[in-house]
Amino acid sequence: MDAIAPKGLIEVEHFHLIYPSRDGETAAVKDVSIHVRPGEFVSIIGPSGCGKSTLLNAVAGFLKPTRGSVTVDGEPVQGPSADRGMVFQQYSLFPWKTVRENVEFGLAMKGRGKQARQTAARTLLGLAGLLPFENHYPDRLSGGMKQRVGIVRALATSPKVLLLDEPFGALDAQTRLIMQQILTNMWQHLNISVLFVTHDIDEAIFLSDRVYCMTARPGTIKAEIVVPLERPRQPSMMVSPAFLSLRKELMTLIREESLKAMGGEISEAALEGLSIDLHGQDLASLL
Amino acid sequence: MGSLKSSAAFKDPHIDSVETAPPAAAAVEVKDSLYRRPRRLLSFQGKDLQGFILGTLSLLAFLTAWHLLTEYRVNFYVRFINVPSPGLVFESALRALHDPKFFSHVVLSCRRILIGFAAAALIAIPLGLLMGRFKVLRDILFPVTEVLRPIPAIAWVPIAIMLWPTNEESIVFITFIGSFFPILVNTLHGMTLVDPVLVRAAQCLGAKEFAIFREVYFPSALPHIFTGLTVGMGVAWVSLIAAEMISGQYGIGYFTWEAYSLVQYADIVLGMICIGVLGLASSAAIRSIGRFIMPWNK
Repeated sequence: MDAIAPKGLIEVEHFHLIYPSRDGETAAVKDVSIHVRPGEFVSIIGPSGCGKSTLLNAVAGFLKPTRGSVTVDGEPVQGPSADRGMVFQQYSLFPWKTVRENVEFGLAMKGRGKQARQTAARTLLGLAGLLPFENHYPDRLSGGMKQRVGIVRALATSPKVLLLDEPFGALDAQTRLIMQQILTNMWQHLNISVLFVTHDIDEAIFLSDRVYCMTARPGTIKAEIVVPLERPRQPSMMVSPAFLSLRKELMTLIREESLKAMGGEISEAALEGLSIDLHGQDLASLL
Repeated sequence: MGSLKSSAAFKDPHIDSVETAPPAAAAVEVKDSLYRRPRRLLSFQGKDLQGFILGTLSLLAFLTAWHLLTEYRVNFYVRFINVPSPGLVFESALRALHDPKFFSHVVLSCRRILIGFAAAALIAIPLGLLMGRFKVLRDILFPVTEVLRPIPAIAWVPIAIMLWPTNEESIVFITFIGSFFPILVNTLHGMTLVDPVLVRAAQCLGAKEFAIFREVYFPSALPHIFTGLTVGMGVAWVSLIAAEMISGQYGIGYFTWEAYSLVQYADIVLGMICIGVLGLASSAAIRSIGRFIMPWNK
């Protein structure tokens, strides 16, 4: 068997994103440099509003950096392209296309013939366990199935990199875990690089080779953590000492930033001291 | 107490399932039965028998009231003296069935609707799509449409007679005007509601400007286009009948007005019913075309 050569080197150098606001300029992302090596699975984690999705959108080509550069395999990103597949947080399947037509869409845009499109789409759908639903319209699928179709659709054009923006955020914990395994399975088969944005610590560790942790706005890189867990990852690893110590480390990092992101009105001290003097009375009796 | 026991035996099946099902499923079940499914007293093989029976009874009550009011020539401020009874209207309908002249009225009206409405759809839909996609076009044309839109189609009658060489053309023009604006406005509205995530998803899959227009904007606006077509068809009939009554020589609107002039009162009601049936049939036709073109839209 020929091993497929890994592809898709993502390089983000000194990325700034500044937009005009009422009081001059506001920086959303400040001097961020990250990279994803070919075939690597990298997550960006951070508190909400830290600019992690902004960074992902820049790699996708939806917005241009104010300063700095974004390149994939050495070529500057000029705009969205089928070379960079994307899975969105919101379900983004075309409601007027069946599951298979959704998956075929990218290939149709490439001008592939009907027969070739159908074969490719059915193969991928089979891998994701979705073949029985190929002729369904998306509104009849569950959230987990919709996101699986979304991933399969993004992979159908054989992109160099796959970008995912909190794709499992709306799913329940059990479905999410299964989806994570499906995603890592497909990633290992295809040998492409993945940049994954999430605010879920367990998810970031379970999926990734490396995790970038971002600060609250303006977003900068606070830490880079290598995940030494072996592949393929198993759910049982989530209670291993190595996993738990990574989890603890990331939790501390994120917690500081989340408190900052909440505007400073909540501090660690205030959360611990939630005891008001009730003059010896029971809180329940006062209410 | 015996009464308590019998009420328990009569329990609603949905409530019964609450007790046996696990709590989470039960909550959903209760919600379903309370909010989703209207309570029906009768149903036959899943069909809404209650709705059918009540609907039929209501229609029969209407016919009976009409019959009584006209038969006894009721006169209490509202005068039913000259209003034809259902029986008379039925007789005139039977006569009309064998009258080729009556059919030519109907056919002519349908032809006017078809031409006027089709022309409106063929111009308004592409125009709305383009205006929705290109801001320049919207900036140029929107003020004009906003000025013309509130003018009822009937108000165009004198100008239409001046504009077009024949009566036939001016009537078709009135029908066109009537349906044009609802179709345009709804198409434009549909274009503004396109989900930006779908556009971005298409871009990430390699779709270029025209493909995005064809594959995302157009299907996304389609349900609204069909709303516009349904509304437009309704306004087209209103406009047509008014135009035929004012300036027509043929057509079902003219037939109805002529019946009044010729003191053939049963024919007035026959004309009215005929107009109602044609309106109903044409909007049903649009709906079924819509269902055929948009199978995803339930």
